[in-house]
Amino acid sequence: MKFSVMISEGPYTHQASDTAYNFTRAALESGHECFRVFFYHDGVNNGTRLATPPQDDRNVVNRWSELAKEYKLDLVLCVAAAQRRGIADADEAKRNGKDADNIAAGFRISGLGQLIEAGIQSERLITFGD
Amino acid sequence: MSQTKKLLYVNRKAPYGTIYALESLEVVLIGAAFEQDVSLAFLDDGVYQITKGQDTQEVGMKNFSPTYKALGDYDVHKIYVEQESLDARGLTLDDLLPLTWEDEDNDWAEKDSIKVISAVEMAKIMNQSDVVFSF
Repeated sequence: MKFSVMISEGPYTHQASDTAYNFTRAALESGHECFRVFFYHDGVNNGTRLATPPQDDRNVVNRWSELAKEYKLDLVLCVAAAQRRGIADADEAKRNGKDADNIAAGFRISGLGQLIEAGIQSERLITFGD
Repeated sequence: MSQTKKLLYVNRKAPYGTIYALESLEVVLIGAAFEQDVSLAFLDDGVYQITKGQDTQEVGMKNFSPTYKALGDYDVHKIYVEQESLDARGLTLDDLLPLTWEDEDNDWAEKDSIKVISAVEMAKIMNQSDVVFSF
């Protein structure tokens, strides 16, 4: 089955990203196809490479980056949500006159249309959040 | 993307205090460009999102409730509000924004967008939707 995922909460404060990760990995390992993982609201905070969790804890951001590499996942951060919360790639940083970018490997920034498209193109859209 | 799906946006949270309502509305407005079969559902504290007379001046937040009135112009006119959620909060249809749309198939007659329905009917609408965006 072709599915997409929406994640509405940031890492560590909330379990949404962990559960979404476990779900996505399990589904991919079972042979299902993931069209897109879309990060919205505080979910965009899952895409900063500057996160430095304690070494004895899981690294939520890196886990997504590694899963994306392994399965060629499309990890999309909503641009409007990312701008509000200070998540930027090189282009966004330049466009908004910022002195740095912080997007993690395997993520890209794009518009809300990507969420709608994911809903239309997938057989299931699964939301992880409150 | 020529296929048309039934999209349902489910709004459960109060308009202020968290950003979910505002960012949900942003999705609805962007999604309108995709020419899908769109419905909105308001339940739980989400019913407060479309109440009349919102005044956010003292809390320093933008009052985005006037934007809901534009939904009809975006051809978003199937707006379902759960009766039980209104009842639990002492609200009635009169407390909600008068959301309308113009029906081009009926000489642009102005019609009400809001339909108050029971939880049982709401469950049916959710069940009949192809994609549920949950906020």
